[in-house]
Amino acid sequence: MGGSHLALVHGLNVAQQIAFFALAGAMVLSALRMVTTKNLVHAALYLTVVLAGAAGLYILLAAEFIAVTQVLVYIGAIVVLMLFGLFLTRAPLGTGQDLDNNQRWLAAIIALFLFGVLGVTLQKGFKGTHVNAIPITDGGSNTAAIGVSIFHDFVVPFEVASILLLAALVGAVVIARRD
Amino acid sequence: MSIDGTYYLVLSALLFTIGAVGVLVRRNVLVMFMCVELMLNAVNLTFITFSRMLNDIGGQSVVFFVLVVAAAEVVVGLGIIVAIYRRRVGATADDLHVLKG
Repeated sequence: MGGSHLALVHGLNVAQQIAFFALAGAMVLSALRMVTTKNLVHAALYLTVVLAGAAGLYILLAAEFIAVTQVLVYIGAIVVLMLFGLFLTRAPLGTGQDLDNNQRWLAAIIALFLFGVLGVTLQKGFKGTHVNAIPITDGGSNTAAIGVSIFHDFVVPFEVASILLLAALVGAVVIARRD
Repeated sequence: MSIDGTYYLVLSALLFTIGAVGVLVRRNVLVMFMCVELMLNAVNLTFITFSRMLNDIGGQSVVFFVLVVAAAEVVVGLGIIVAIYRRRVGATADDLHVLKG
């Protein structure tokens, strides 16, 4: 019994590794294409790939509620809003020449510095901490735990978020109104 | 042989850097907006990873709030961008220096 359980955990972890590297490769490639592509609609579609990959990683990390919310909010709402924005602003859909500014080398230096600092800090601080395929907590689902957490520990931020959404709603109506 | 948590963290650092480069380099306001979303996603990934590493559900709750704020930000930001483009067609981020002193 125990041996078969260990074999199951081992298989799950190997599958998790394969899925992680496939998703990570797709996400990094799509992010690079999003930043470099000439076509703005393609940029939005590459962003969709990155967001879907992030949802897959959330499932790998056993955060299924966040994964579903990611698909609903980001892919379902935000990307569609972005595409609407592209169409409403009559953005150049063909091959535009002036899509980048002339600060490429400065940006490359900053990127190298940023990635160096972030990568070294995270590597040094958290090396050797493992993420298992099976959650350590048992009893009650992840979604139930998030609900308890939001309505116990994060009640005040939750109310603030509702006021923020109301303010965004009113603000968007005021900005978009023809005067 | 479970996966090392730093893989997730380094991946999110890479995505954050790519998003930052996009914000610095691109001239179209909407693509800069998409790059900001990419950076937000990278940070969300670190939150979820830490939530699993430290076995604390609070990280996932914070991601929920980040999603709410990102949605509000996109709505207001797109409203502003569309309002700007209604006045001046084909404007890039470099042309919008009205507030320059």
